[in-house]
Amino acid sequence: MANGKGERIMRSALFMIAGIVAIGLGGCHAKPRTDANGFVVDPGFEQHLQEQLLDARPGSVITIPAGKYALTRSLSLTADGVTIKGAGMDKTILSFAHQNSGAEGMLVTGDDFTLEDLTLQNSRGDALKINGTKDAVMRRVKAEWTGGPKTSNGAYGLYPVQVTNVLIEDCVVKGASDAGIYVGQSKNIIVRNNRAEGNVAGIEIENSTHADVYGNTTTGNTGGILVFNMPDLPVPGSKTRVYQNKVIANNTANFGAEGSAVRSVPAGSGVVVNSNDDVEIFDNDIEDNQTANVIISSYFSTGFDTERGRVASYDPYPQNIYVTDNTFKGGGNKPGAGFDKLAAALGGRLPDILWDGFTDPKVKNAGICVQNGAAKVLDADGPHKYAGAHLVTLDCKPATRLPPVTLPASMTKTS
Amino acid sequence: MARSGRPSRPINIVRLARTVAFSLRAFARKFLLLRVSAPPREPTSSSRRHSVGLLGLALVVASCSRAPTQVTFHATGFPKTLAEWGLFTVKDHRITPHKGMVTYELATPLFSDYAQKWRTIWMPPGTSARYEPEKTLDFPVGTIITKTFYYTVPTSAAKPGESREIVKMTPATYQTGVDGLDLSHVRLIETRLLVHRADGWVGLPYVWNADQTEATLQRTGAEIPLTFIDGATRTDFVYSVPNQNQCAGCHTADYRTRALAPIGPKARHLNIDFPGPGGDINQLQRLVQLHYLTGLPASNVPRDAKWDDTAAPLDARARTYLDVNCAHCHSQTGPARVSGLWLHSTVSDPRRIGVCKPPVAAGGGAGDRPYDIVPGHPELSIMPFRLASTDPGAMMPETGRSLVHQKGVALIEQWIAQLKGECRVDHDAADQVAIR
Repeated sequence: MANGKGERIMRSALFMIAGIVAIGLGGCHAKPRTDANGFVVDPGFEQHLQEQLLDARPGSVITIPAGKYALTRSLSLTADGVTIKGAGMDKTILSFAHQNSGAEGMLVTGDDFTLEDLTLQNSRGDALKINGTKDAVMRRVKAEWTGGPKTSNGAYGLYPVQVTNVLIEDCVVKGASDAGIYVGQSKNIIVRNNRAEGNVAGIEIENSTHADVYGNTTTGNTGGILVFNMPDLPVPGSKTRVYQNKVIANNTANFGAEGSAVRSVPAGSGVVVNSNDDVEIFDNDIEDNQTANVIISSYFSTGFDTERGRVASYDPYPQNIYVTDNTFKGGGNKPGAGFDKLAAALGGRLPDILWDGFTDPKVKNAGICVQNGAAKVLDADGPHKYAGAHLVTLDCKPATRLPPVTLPASMTKTS
Repeated sequence: MARSGRPSRPINIVRLARTVAFSLRAFARKFLLLRVSAPPREPTSSSRRHSVGLLGLALVVASCSRAPTQVTFHATGFPKTLAEWGLFTVKDHRITPHKGMVTYELATPLFSDYAQKWRTIWMPPGTSARYEPEKTLDFPVGTIITKTFYYTVPTSAAKPGESREIVKMTPATYQTGVDGLDLSHVRLIETRLLVHRADGWVGLPYVWNADQTEATLQRTGAEIPLTFIDGATRTDFVYSVPNQNQCAGCHTADYRTRALAPIGPKARHLNIDFPGPGGDINQLQRLVQLHYLTGLPASNVPRDAKWDDTAAPLDARARTYLDVNCAHCHSQTGPARVSGLWLHSTVSDPRRIGVCKPPVAAGGGAGDRPYDIVPGHPELSIMPFRLASTDPGAMMPETGRSLVHQKGVALIEQWIAQLKGECRVDHDAADQVAIR
């Protein structure tokens, strides 16, 4: 991290004043004064930044210079059309390690929001939450918890919820106790070229519609990429494409909170589709995920109350799932959640694709299709408590493929 | 932050002239209104009070004081000091409200770190609110609602405004606020204003100085370290004054409009007796008598339970408590609509209020418990866990408290304990794996 160099503490009072002036002007002065922990010494920083957020108007660009800053409260933005920009992902660091209040590091409820080139670190709850807006861009943002995998880490790193048009690109998420990147109840979403490492879920698309998840690397999570539908939520989801990602060795023990949706994800899960419809998984490199490289499951495999705990309108079955042209390597060799017995019965390894086998009795064809070379599919026979688990061939393909997601040009234009 | 009540700036002639002109305009407006159309604000001796008011205005003009002594609505801008609103007189260890301000209380208040709260409403002369059965009363433009957060301090505290120690309110230290507050053993923390302007409501937090003579606008909020004393128990905590956006976090009831609105002054919260002009009478009736409210039906006005009234049904008390403390976010249109947990007291679907409902985005906030409410099992329910947490990442409400409302948590636990039914939990899919 850049603040290592900042340990050369500048003792000159004049220099210090110059540094503070530079911060105030948003200029790029060489080095602000830092304390023993590498935090920039600037007592007015937090208030000034929050004031800028309060005064922001459409078109405002708020720049935060390089340095590691300690904040004590959530930052909040309600104005539309605001860009917040740091000096670089590893140069501008907002640390919430000393946070006294606020359920997230930064809370945004304004449309047309862009966050770029900074790190949100060690927030007590979620790092960044964007709630009920349209056009949200996160670009070269790092959201991380630096103390390793801990249940006490915040739930989500980058967390847009009920947002129309989401772009998350070139970001890094680490250590979230739920999902590093979590797009919930949103529509029209691109999540690309990010790195998710050491979270319970690397990337999760939940109750969202029209999402393209590509070019990402997810490794060292409990589960790499999750496409979920949960009950009791105002918005159901479908239509996600997961392609050209590297989903490698997501074998970290599940450190999610009991009762959370990701808690049911067994360690060693590559790509998991749960209760979601119209999902395509193609052209990915999926390797060394010890439970299974791909899991297709229903709400009945989550351990939740499936009788009282969901509304009648909720569809708990995954349907129209297409797995094709992925490159699988390794994995399935050390499955969690009791699947080891299944693996043993199959000669020590689960196949690349694990399906819990629950289907809607009212639907003739669930549309679970796998055309992926030699990759095998296990129907685990969940409905009969796994008694009749057997390998199946699901050689079919959807009548039409999902179209690419397109976002407003203003969002994809890089600065 | 200004530490003194006196203005530090030299007298500015232009500013002075503007103030005088403004006061004169206000005088003329007031005078006309009074002569032509203003209804009496007090049920008795209105003419005498008006005379006093006019005299007060005359004095303002004569003395060229900067701070108005009459309530003064600012249609734009963010006045830097509370004094500029002309709401209160602070003198001789007493803060008193100005003419036209009505003190009110809520049947069940939001818990805010055991702070005592003094609430007032003011409306421009000749205007009134319209009754709403469910929503916040429909207040006219110009309405100013104040909420002053304060604590009782130990009697030994030499300077109450600087006392870090604060003590839990008792019946003996309770103040209605109807005639203002005795500040002898009180630390004023902040006065929040909700002001209804032509383009909507705006929230403004003013924080009091140590001398308790002046409150200044803190748009970015503040953190005030305090020690809460409850009998032999002392708890250090940081009282958090919300920033202006955080005001909106609670006061934006509908994410689609993102419009700020008051939460407390709803008919069902106000439908209780409380002292004031006209005696110890129903607050809605008082507002009608003062010509501050129109359209109040003769019957069927909804009424909330008092959360701590043990004579009231447990279900009503618990649901009201959740309504007041949670439903500003946890509603179909509030910020927590995304959780699918909706806690208005009118919601009847058990699943919607959390029965056997799994958490969505709670993370560690779920406290390793499976459902929001497990009937009969508060110890397995997420709701009391989050109410009893002080971890910013887990606690509910998310803002507005740093301490645990012990009696509130006890109420919710008691309520859940007697709920009937069960949630079926498959503890671990692993238990069911068997190969034959």
